[in-house]
Amino acid sequence: MTDENELSLAFEIIGGDFRRAGSVSTKIKEILQEIGIDSSVIYRAAIAMYEAEMNVVMYAKKGQFTLHLSPSMIQMKIDDEGPGIGDIGLAMQEGYSTATNEMREMGFGAGMGLPNIKKNADKFEISSTLGKGTSLHMFFYLNQQREE
Amino acid sequence: MNQYVHTIRIDPEKCQGRMKCMRICPTQAIRVQGGLATIIEERCIDCGECITACPNQAIVPLTDPFGELTKFRHTIAIPSPALYAQFGKEILPDKILSGLKKLGFDDAFDLAFACGEVSFAIQEYLRDYKGSKPLISNACPTVVRLIQVKYPDLIDLIISIDTPREIAAREVKKKKSKQLELKEEEIGAFYLTPCPVKMISIRQPAEKGKSHLDGAISISDIYGPLLSALEGVERESYRKALESICILGIGWAIVGGICRTLRLKNSLAVSGLSEIIKVFDDIEQGKLRNIDFIEAYSCPQGCVGGSLTVENLYISYNKILKLIETLEYEKIKACPDIREVRKLYNQKYFFIKGKLEPRPLKPLDKDLATAIKKRKEKDAIYEALPKIDCGVCGSPTCLTFAEDVVRGETELLNCIFNFPQRFKALSQELSELLDKSIVATPTRSETKKG
Repeated sequence: MTDENELSLAFEIIGGDFRRAGSVSTKIKEILQEIGIDSSVIYRAAIAMYEAEMNVVMYAKKGQFTLHLSPSMIQMKIDDEGPGIGDIGLAMQEGYSTATNEMREMGFGAGMGLPNIKKNADKFEISSTLGKGTSLHMFFYLNQQREE
Repeated sequence: MNQYVHTIRIDPEKCQGRMKCMRICPTQAIRVQGGLATIIEERCIDCGECITACPNQAIVPLTDPFGELTKFRHTIAIPSPALYAQFGKEILPDKILSGLKKLGFDDAFDLAFACGEVSFAIQEYLRDYKGSKPLISNACPTVVRLIQVKYPDLIDLIISIDTPREIAAREVKKKKSKQLELKEEEIGAFYLTPCPVKMISIRQPAEKGKSHLDGAISISDIYGPLLSALEGVERESYRKALESICILGIGWAIVGGICRTLRLKNSLAVSGLSEIIKVFDDIEQGKLRNIDFIEAYSCPQGCVGGSLTVENLYISYNKILKLIETLEYEKIKACPDIREVRKLYNQKYFFIKGKLEPRPLKPLDKDLATAIKKRKEKDAIYEALPKIDCGVCGSPTCLTFAEDVVRGETELLNCIFNFPQRFKALSQELSELLDKSIVATPTRSETKKG
């Protein structure tokens, strides 16, 4: 596999910017569509990346969203500068949330973010340092056999 | 052979390549090459924006001519409630339906009542619904197509309750065939449409099934004859005529008509394609999870704003609102019986049969690796372009131009900002030519001699 068949893009996510929240995911979704990724994969990837992007907007100061695309898989890495997660096991539980009332007002903070990412990605890694930030790494495998 | 049926055609005789259509198209489906506009069929969602935008009337909708009626032994007109808003305040639905019969239809069916039933059915559906939100109305076929093409991941949010026009056609045919002892195929149900897209939804339903309607006649085509036919029609007393109007259903002609009947639910009403696109982007970004139901119409103000209507859309919008106000004030509620609707609902009377599939656009390449490579090329080309979307190249934006280049549908030199480059290349060629021509001049020595 040569380098020219791979695509790497990085985007900045700004914490607290609810007006533009989700715009990075929209951009990535358009790229995936244009390249012709199967719509069922896009559907799963979209859910996972919106959740990940929203996490940065809601909790962190800022974050970096890196997309790495090759013919065999989509990799997304979201590194944020934020409070970090103390107990990852707890955060992965459905329904657990540290969202404020305002966030809940907007329809977020149902405690489904991380569980949803895990459910929708083919592979998911998370690491976090309290007071520093959180890193999410998600993988979606692509079946190269494609229909006409 | 095209995969998709469209009822929008560009007349090459009339088209002057003025690019109004190309610039307004919400899905970037139009290109202008050599002074002639063409539609990229797979991108077109039949919204009809280009029909209205064309200054030369070169873009025409194809609806059914009146003559189609003779193909059937019994014909029924099913007018969109938007037809009721085309006339003065005194001309109420009962009179309009009688006028249609005078025009040559064997019968005319009031769709507003069916709309009321479907409003109730939507309410039933929302009450038990537990899936992801918001659900999206399927009343406007352009909106359904927009989702299929541009928002394939939202496709499961489209509500699976069928539209009133389809349910009405199905039921009225069933009833009439029994009554008149005719086969259902011998009965023709014609929708009187405010927009061209309903025609396509009949010829090629988005859900891949078969439509129960047999054709669509444009409201603007029927308006003149109907107006003369109304002259001699006896009218019931105003008060009595009001009693036949379904207050729930009449609102389907305007944006917000469904939402106002779903009072207990958190719903939104939106009209106009550019507004809808903003709302759909928000849905994708998870911002509208608290909303239960979204009613969306591609035409401004809803069906009264359709490109095949006659009356000014704000006047007809207001007419519908006034009518609803009057009915509310007079406490007239000609409504379907909710218990009856519930019974039908449980019998799956309202559910749509066919499955809605996404219609994603062709990828940059069939091979994933090549597609990724082309995407990178596209980014590089776009970066070098002026990004002012002048459209002179024949593509609506610099971004679509870059895409067209990597798809091999146009070439980089078509960008007017590349003209200096082209000129440079040409002048280089020319100077080479000149160099050669000097060597080839044999005349000088001859003239010396002479």
